[in-house]
Amino acid sequence: MAQPVTLDARAHDKDALLTTKRESLWQDALRRLVRNRAAVVGGVIILMLYLMAIFADKIAPYPYEKQTLVDQNKVPAWMLKVFPTMQPYAKISDKYLLGADYVGRDLFSRIVYGTRVSLTVALIGPLISLIIGVTYGSISGYFGGRLDNIMMRIVDVLYAFPGLLFIILLMAFFRSTFARPEPGTFTYAVSQLDARLGGMLFIFIGIGLTAWETMARLTRGQVLSMREKEFIEAARTIGATDLRIMFRHILPNIVGPLVVAETLAIPGYITTEAFLSFIGLGVNPPTPSWGSMISEGAQVIRTYPNQTIFPALALAITMFAFNFLGDGLRDALDPRLRGTQ
Amino acid sequence: MGRYIARRLIYLLVVLFVVSAITFGLMHAVPGGPFDREKALPPEIIENLNRRYHLDEPLLMQYGRYLYDVFIPRISATPPKGSVDDDFLITVKLGNVWFKWMNFGPTYSSRSRTVNDIFRQQLPVSAQLGIMALLVAIIIGMPLGILAALKQNTIFDYLGMSVAIFGVSVPVIILGPIMIWIFGVTLKWFPPTGWGAKPPFVLGIFPRELGPEFFRYAIMPSVALGLGSSAIIARLTRASLLQTMREDYIRTARAKGLRESLVIVRHALKNSLIPVVTILGPLFAALVTGTFVTEVTFGIPGMGRYFVTSITNRDYPVIMGTILLYALILVIANLVVDIVYAYLDPRIRYD
Repeated sequence: MAQPVTLDARAHDKDALLTTKRESLWQDALRRLVRNRAAVVGGVIILMLYLMAIFADKIAPYPYEKQTLVDQNKVPAWMLKVFPTMQPYAKISDKYLLGADYVGRDLFSRIVYGTRVSLTVALIGPLISLIIGVTYGSISGYFGGRLDNIMMRIVDVLYAFPGLLFIILLMAFFRSTFARPEPGTFTYAVSQLDARLGGMLFIFIGIGLTAWETMARLTRGQVLSMREKEFIEAARTIGATDLRIMFRHILPNIVGPLVVAETLAIPGYITTEAFLSFIGLGVNPPTPSWGSMISEGAQVIRTYPNQTIFPALALAITMFAFNFLGDGLRDALDPRLRGTQ
Repeated sequence: MGRYIARRLIYLLVVLFVVSAITFGLMHAVPGGPFDREKALPPEIIENLNRRYHLDEPLLMQYGRYLYDVFIPRISATPPKGSVDDDFLITVKLGNVWFKWMNFGPTYSSRSRTVNDIFRQQLPVSAQLGIMALLVAIIIGMPLGILAALKQNTIFDYLGMSVAIFGVSVPVIILGPIMIWIFGVTLKWFPPTGWGAKPPFVLGIFPRELGPEFFRYAIMPSVALGLGSSAIIARLTRASLLQTMREDYIRTARAKGLRESLVIVRHALKNSLIPVVTILGPLFAALVTGTFVTEVTFGIPGMGRYFVTSITNRDYPVIMGTILLYALILVIANLVVDIVYAYLDPRIRYD
């Protein structure tokens, strides 16, 4: 009597197994990502920061470049509770949420507008490095042989460049080459575009030119390991072209590690921009960047610490958010990797 | 192994050659010259200055002259004259001749100083900062990583990894000003800016006295710079130790009844630290060449400030020298790592 029941139950289970919805790798990863609280918080913060960047002119109470000289270094009343050392000399004005800077510009408005620079870098940096790096790396890995050898030696040499020094040199080169061009020339068009972007164009180019090498190496390694797989051979036997194999069969299979690496690289791009603006080679004043605000605030850190602390906090929150999201993405796409790198 | 090292050394020369060529090209492609002033100098003076520094020669000749001065050693019977043009980084007396190597040229910013003078006085400061930061990174990172791995998925693990995330999320540009404000200005524990060691240095790099004065200045910038790297070390240690603990020989060691502490110290830690040791080389190179932000933030008289001003002032020899020297440090660090790797892990053999 017992026997048929178990058999029945097994058959039932099997049915259940068969009807379970099959999940693709990406759905599976998304499910794991959503379960990771830190990553979700990071993602939400990033989303909010992007909204802030888009609607900066609606959120900020003042234009970022508006100077009110009589309001120099003024702070709101609550600031004295946080920074009691300011008590003896601080001038109070509740007009400004976080105070005003040394020429009387609203700090809060400048921080809000500052999201535009950092968050654009967070978007464009990966884009450039992905486009150059993945193209370069997949050509090198896919065709292999002597071409691969030459292409990778070039990357090796570029790797020997001290990154930060190279990018400083590049920025100086861009800034002075495109300083005073004749109207109507190509140089003029480029410098006009850069000026309209508040000086960000050259930051993108600088970051892009130095960031793709890591991506190229990673892509090449991934392509190399994929190239020898049987399904690639199968595709080749039925006459698929190189391009089709690359885009249809190899790239979709390696996109996971690339996305993870690129997300984890974003904080690096944001820091690079902040550093360039910090030493005065980044955005053009008066465009606010958190890096340039930290550097301006650092001049008066003994007297008005709020001018440094708040931009630094904004930068830190953004960095945390991207790191949390990147970590979560990595765990979600390859759970075996948790805690590595 | 010997052939491998020889090949790598040749490769090193090629890299330095390419790096110098790109830098030289880029540097001279920047419009403007080293003697442009707000108030223009008379043309005759500029002409004289250009002749003095060989800037009137064709670019290719200038480049050749530079490479000759830097790379080709000289042997002379007379001791160095101590003039600006006769200043070599390496000067050794061999018997009764002088062996002189690496003349990085004059700096346009001063008539009496050379690039080598800047290297002698500023580079040790950057190196000290880099070494201190590396120590901080190891002291914080390794215990954190070990603790996180041994107590995986406990509060220690999460705490350790939170510190790691903090480390990578808060670079010097954020941490520096905040530390200066908290520990330098408000609590007055450390001087907010400056550096405790001054030239001349022992063996060209170490401060004369490693007393409290040195550490009082060094602690804040070293922690600010090293924290990010401590995160890298912590994560790597954790991952590597976790992997090692799953190996068969660990099970064997436990099976034969070895105490857990001995299993960890003698078998697991020793093997799991190989990848950690190998990353120290590039990390050190990255720290030494990445001290710029820290130096600017904490007002430390290292190479950073000189490099940034040298670029705005078109001080060609300083730009070339700094980039070449740092590229050399990077390449050598990688070479050392590869050799150490082969030594630590006998399975790796270079042909």
